[in-house]
Amino acid sequence: MIKKVRSHITQNESLLFEKSSPGKTGYQLPALDVPAVDSQAALGAHNVRNEIEHFPEVSEVEVIRHFTRLSTWNYAIDLGLYPLGSCTMKYNPRVNELVARLEGLAWAHPYQPESLSQGSMEIMARLESALLEITGMDAITLQPAAGAHGELTGILLVRALLEKRGNPRKKILIPDSAHGTNPATAAIAGYAVENLRSNARGTVDLAELERMVDKDVAALMVTNPNTIGVFEEKITRAAEILHKKGALLYMDGANMNALVGVARPGDFGVDVMHLNLHKTFSTPHGGGGPGGGPVAVKKILEPFLPVPRLKRTRNKWTFDYKRPRSIGRVRAFYGNFGVIVRALAYILAHGGDGLRNATVDAVMNANYLRKKLEPYYDLPYTAPNMHEVVFSDDRQAKLGVRTGDIAKRLIDYGFHPYTVSFPLIVHGALMIEPTETESKDELDLFADAMISIAQEVETDPEMVRKAPHNTRTSRVDEVTAARRPVLRWTPEQPRTKTAD
Amino acid sequence: MTYPEELRYTKEHEWVLAEGDVGTVGITWHAQKELGDIVYVDLPKPGTRVEQGKSLGSVESVKAVSDIYSPVSGEVIETNETLSQSPEKLNEDPHGAAWLVKIRMSAPDEMKGLLAAAAYQTYVGAET
Repeated sequence: MIKKVRSHITQNESLLFEKSSPGKTGYQLPALDVPAVDSQAALGAHNVRNEIEHFPEVSEVEVIRHFTRLSTWNYAIDLGLYPLGSCTMKYNPRVNELVARLEGLAWAHPYQPESLSQGSMEIMARLESALLEITGMDAITLQPAAGAHGELTGILLVRALLEKRGNPRKKILIPDSAHGTNPATAAIAGYAVENLRSNARGTVDLAELERMVDKDVAALMVTNPNTIGVFEEKITRAAEILHKKGALLYMDGANMNALVGVARPGDFGVDVMHLNLHKTFSTPHGGGGPGGGPVAVKKILEPFLPVPRLKRTRNKWTFDYKRPRSIGRVRAFYGNFGVIVRALAYILAHGGDGLRNATVDAVMNANYLRKKLEPYYDLPYTAPNMHEVVFSDDRQAKLGVRTGDIAKRLIDYGFHPYTVSFPLIVHGALMIEPTETESKDELDLFADAMISIAQEVETDPEMVRKAPHNTRTSRVDEVTAARRPVLRWTPEQPRTKTAD
Repeated sequence: MTYPEELRYTKEHEWVLAEGDVGTVGITWHAQKELGDIVYVDLPKPGTRVEQGKSLGSVESVKAVSDIYSPVSGEVIETNETLSQSPEKLNEDPHGAAWLVKIRMSAPDEMKGLLAAAAYQTYVGAET
């Protein structure tokens, strides 16, 4: 008997615009006790904005209910397992929120003078040193706003160093299992991208790397563990091959959740890397919430880090702008400070042993699911996996059911889908990352759901192909939505089925 | 699928039809099948110079965005305007009505390095 976690209860709700009635307000003002002024005459007509047409006029409670009802349409880590591979959707401990809401931190302003910002600066400095201890790197900037921003910062640092050495070089090597942001980063930083084929194990092919690294190669961007959840065990050798030819090793730290407290990139030859505070260090993400993408480097890259740098002089923290070789600012102020506070709270609440336990649990949970699901789904790469596991839909595809269909059916069982069709080296990928958050009970519920779906594919593939069935919206027509998007609401055009 | 004899093919799944010094370029049946439902096509403006093997534009499907690599070098003289309104044509008739661009070829000899229909067919393997 399969236990469904829940049928997702959601409230009906129309657009805020459709709730509007002319003249309704959520406030009342006292009577005017000064002579009325014609704003157009006083300021000039061109400085006065016209009323926004069809701006919703609603009361306060209508606004609150509107957004609260909409929030019931969401899935969240606070509702259940969120196995979105590569995203590390771990629980966001409430102690993070408690600390971030302390008055002096919540109300700190970046324009406060340094003398009144010493506490905030101390928090930043402590996070820097904690992250350096965790990564084994020499220096770090907290400025980048998220992972891809960190990547760009990191590759600009590589370019700055190579320029200083006389030649910025032309190419960045990227394995075919990489996150899509890696080639995008290289291109935006002005480099040509060369694809490095993975070997049968799904890892970097050293012979191929040796063949490809020449004096035009600026760096290799590698994710470790890589996107099939396998540790690049020859990473030290890869670093040697690159360094011998004057190239650098960039590590995408998206999967650091498998390494914290166990292995340090700085020890296996990485020159520059980014971390995702919103993945590994438990700050909230999803829904586009603010992230944090600190970039850690070895000494050779330190002079180029973005300004300002935190500096300790005469027992005080200051911001150092006199950094002539710096690539400049990459973000206003000093990074997403609220995220920095939460990440430090997480690290200090766990301590070294706790962080290591989290890593071990993350790896154990992924391997537990692998063992449970291996009889039902094909596993194209069988090397020991770390914090996530990637199956393929080969067996189900023969019955006409693809990874996307299985993911939609999973919604009926009350779970958020896993990551679909990524990494690209696995045809029809099901990428599952449970994180350390989950108990055995929750993992069993999820595994039972996946096994039940595998059986449904055998007995009733058509039903799975048409899933989800228990949601407020049935299968969305993604093709029409992309080809003929309806992005605007107008009062004359009532909502149609297509617009939904 | 039978690939038309008069076209020449690349291993990146583009085709080109040469008529005089003008090459009409598109993507193959195999390419559209792998991409799935195509929702957007990004093409260069007429007058753009393109190089063999370099990116010419991109096609976007529900699954992914993929570069189109130019099978020949030269200058883009015409693009297929109908694709901006009806990208689905690329799924329906990739070797015909859904051609992408016409290129005035600067090195027509490049055609010799491309695959003939039979060789391309073998390259992509048996498919339905």
